[in-house]
Amino acid sequence: MRLITHNMLSCNIKGVTNGFPLKVEAEKVIEKEIDFNPDFLRHMFAKIEWKALVEAARSLGYAELPEDSPDATVIESAADESLLKKLHHALLELHLEEGALVCPETGRKFPVNKGIPNMLLHEDEV
Amino acid sequence: MSSRPEFLAPPEIFYDDSEARKYTSSSRIVEIQARLSERALELLALPEDDVPRFLLDIGCGSGLSGETISENGHQWIGLDISASMLNVAVEREVEGDLLLGDMGQGLGFRAGVIDGAISISAVQWLCNADKSSHEPRLRLKAFFGSLYRCLSRGARAVFQVYPESIAQRELILRQALQAGFGGGLVVDYPHSTKKRKEFLVLTCGSVPTSINDGHKEGDSDDDDDDSEEEENGMVCVSDRSRPRKKQRTNKKGKGREWVLRKKEQSRRKGNDVPADSKYTARKRKSRF
Repeated sequence: MRLITHNMLSCNIKGVTNGFPLKVEAEKVIEKEIDFNPDFLRHMFAKIEWKALVEAARSLGYAELPEDSPDATVIESAADESLLKKLHHALLELHLEEGALVCPETGRKFPVNKGIPNMLLHEDEV
Repeated sequence: MSSRPEFLAPPEIFYDDSEARKYTSSSRIVEIQARLSERALELLALPEDDVPRFLLDIGCGSGLSGETISENGHQWIGLDISASMLNVAVEREVEGDLLLGDMGQGLGFRAGVIDGAISISAVQWLCNADKSSHEPRLRLKAFFGSLYRCLSRGARAVFQVYPESIAQRELILRQALQAGFGGGLVVDYPHSTKKRKEFLVLTCGSVPTSINDGHKEGDSDDDDDDSEEEENGMVCVSDRSRPRKKQRTNKKGKGREWVLRKKEQSRRKGNDVPADSKYTARKRKSRF
């Protein structure tokens, strides 16, 4: 699972109001290179929760992202390619292979096996 | 139709290891799936500006439909309930991310982040009650409601479905419209029984300007999904004229608790409601 997916996922248990962001417990992280596409990153930038991304990237052992969310104009202009490259790496190239996602409110663990998080809920959680 | 898989077993059991492998190694199925996903993407009508979009593939299975999305240059997340199918997808090294989940439990995504959703031959599974706790109507409602929430404004969702009967088609369509979607059914090859394919094309608040100006933003303490849905929804529930039931009142009136409850309800709908105070639900003096 990539961090772009993590950034969109929230806990879906009934009654949980603040199921985002899920905490990442990483056991195995792999990297897969994919093509760099600045257009996609610019498109996605507005939708990304920066803080959650930085935190998740840290727990996968990648601490290059700046703490504060960069300005949208910086992302728009093609000037700062290095920042976009970092964002690209964090969002699309880091894969959480084994580990778990933890709901911030209830502490419920969603295990991640072979890169697939198991988001199935028990019957009493629906 | 004698062998609808829906009749045989629940999806997570029907698509076991051997069935998953069989499914993906059948060149006929692969070809049909590819053609269906191609058509679904076409109906999705994404803007043609070469910017990759972030799509959702519901019931992605072994990633056959996802492959078509990747070929068209988009990023995707796939959701499926069958672990065996997802394992095959991992083996085939699909490009999208995979989630093991049940669409009938609702999709756990943040609001407004997904640019579009497709689903090939999956939604009709929701019409089955495979467990005692399953109620098709509620599961469809949870699914469409959560999908509506996570789609961005103006996004579309295209589902290729094989409804078993007219009633089932009605049920799916009605639940989708109730969730706030606009849209309807597109039927390819309507006169052929074999080639006939039905696509449910849903749009999510396609009108860019808000229709209902009557409501302002919901109260800050309680603006959850409901107010959001209303805001970019197509149907303004409060504007529907509906004959009011006559309410029985006893001499004492309905009491403070009743008023507070009603105010809370109204707030949840996103209406502007005065704050509660010690004067709430007090009676006027008789000399007034």
